[in-house]
Amino acid sequence: MSTTMSSETAATVEPQTPWSTPRAIRIRTTSVVALSAAFAVVVVLFTGVAGIDGWAITFMGLSIVVVLARTSRAGSKERKDALMRVIITSAAVTAFAPWLSIFGSVILKGYLGIRPNFFSQDMRTTTPDDFLEFGGALHAIVGSLLMVLIASAITLPLGILSGVYLTEVRGRLTFLVRFVVQSMSGVPSIVAGLFIYTTWVTATESFSAFAGALALAVLMLPTVARTAEEVLKLVPEDLRAAGYALGARQWRTAFMVVIPTVRSGLTTAAILGVARVIGETAPLLLTSLSNSALRFHPFDGPIASLPTYVFGYLQIGTEYAIARAWTGSLVLLAIVFVLFTLARRFGGKDKR
Amino acid sequence: MSNTSTTVSATANETTAFAGLETRGAHAWFGKHHALRDISLTFPARTVTGIIGPSGCGKSTFIRLLNRMHEFIPGAAMAGSVLLHGNDIYEPTVDAAEVRLKVGMVFQKPNPFPAMTIRENVLSGIKLAHLKRPNHDDIVENCLTRAGLWKEVKDRLGASGGSLSGGQQQRLCIARSLAVEPEVLLMDEPCSALDPGSTLRIEETIKELAEKITVIIVTHNMQQASRVSDYCAFFLTDGGPGYLVEADSTRKIFTNPSDPRTADYVQGKFG
Repeated sequence: MSTTMSSETAATVEPQTPWSTPRAIRIRTTSVVALSAAFAVVVVLFTGVAGIDGWAITFMGLSIVVVLARTSRAGSKERKDALMRVIITSAAVTAFAPWLSIFGSVILKGYLGIRPNFFSQDMRTTTPDDFLEFGGALHAIVGSLLMVLIASAITLPLGILSGVYLTEVRGRLTFLVRFVVQSMSGVPSIVAGLFIYTTWVTATESFSAFAGALALAVLMLPTVARTAEEVLKLVPEDLRAAGYALGARQWRTAFMVVIPTVRSGLTTAAILGVARVIGETAPLLLTSLSNSALRFHPFDGPIASLPTYVFGYLQIGTEYAIARAWTGSLVLLAIVFVLFTLARRFGGKDKR
Repeated sequence: MSNTSTTVSATANETTAFAGLETRGAHAWFGKHHALRDISLTFPARTVTGIIGPSGCGKSTFIRLLNRMHEFIPGAAMAGSVLLHGNDIYEPTVDAAEVRLKVGMVFQKPNPFPAMTIRENVLSGIKLAHLKRPNHDDIVENCLTRAGLWKEVKDRLGASGGSLSGGQQQRLCIARSLAVEPEVLLMDEPCSALDPGSTLRIEETIKELAEKITVIIVTHNMQQASRVSDYCAFFLTDGGPGYLVEADSTRKIFTNPSDPRTADYVQGKFG
């Protein structure tokens, strides 16, 4: 056997990607898409179909027609594949649109109020109608963070422990615990507020951040517990067996082997729990009420929160009050985004 | 049907007076399914015993009886006794976790703890069982060396256990089992997922281990059984529960077995 490959030919070999779409075809596809989009604009301008939605529907319809026309000479399998690709892409874009619309309108209407004073002042000495240069939502931001923090401190240990009970201990009460968690996830948020109102607020005769946090915890627990259970179920039985075979007791195996293996999944459980409650308004109206002053005490009197801030200023309904409400919504979205990013960053990745 | 209570103790008594582990009339069930019938076997201390036999004859079930891993399967039941130093590990007063500390296990599929580093994996047994052992660095080096992995990983003890190749992971699992200083090490087809090089390395490890501890290894691989074991036990099933056909020194099992079925199996006529 002889190898005839010389060093010259070896040197001229360039790395290539023969599987990628050739440039000519890419240009053709892009121009067809652009033409369909332009034609859809013409249709919107000269027919009864109107608005962005009208354009989108026309564009999707046109894309399907174009795809059918272009693949008319291809085999039926290729034709189906191309058609399904257009339909699935359209469906994905359609599902994305409402999210984009909400996000866009909050940013467009809320950015006006984003000024340093919005994050450094409360509304003690400012009336809702004052210019946006005055007053802010510091009290509401602090109140929301305080309540979510207390609610998380109550819920995360409880939720993860009940997940551990359902997947590791598998005791006699498994069915009962799972049933309670599932029914709790169906509780309307106002009912959670009412529950804390009758048990805690009337007993202490005071609205407070702690009461608000309790109501949020009631709503947060089922989300955290169910997600934790699902995540813990993913841990391979092998690893538990390995722990037991090393002479470990069940709880040591659960806390040293099983839980560390799914740390990032449990972070996700916490994120979902926070996301579930940070925007809740109704239970807070019955438990923490609202306040225009910056406060930190969790047990002493009503406290502001971003959702009740937004709700309150929308109710007032004047131009600057509504602008404050939009900015409050934007800050709420931003806080959720920042919390998620931090949790993803520090929650770590599953090393699997 | 041959007598199922053959033991290797007759030959063993001449070389080592002291029996490491012994089963007497052991049975196993999964729910109503009778998986294993009347196994009486003695494993002399500091020897390697190979458990051979066709698929489904209860080899794995049998060794899981020896360290009480059998009971984790829902519906599992057993009968008979398993004696470690003459004490029945199934006595109600015996703590199963203590038994597993003395009778370690290496599984068929490598299962290092993915959230731990190589070093933490080796020390995991000590932490999990709350043992007080000084000189963790020495333990890590000693166990990894005995498992034949030290040279390959000594510069990256901080890397994740999951970053190793399959063969390295299995040797890491062996090192992990050794760190708690078991008296018996059970191995359930430890090489079935490995390449020939890693297999050879692990077989050398097994021979070295037998200088200090008792090794019981389940294997499908006849050559492996003949290479590493001092004694062999041949299990078989006729569709019903698995039973012990014959147990003897490896040389006798492979050259002049008493039962014709053993001869057929080791010569590759079935299984």
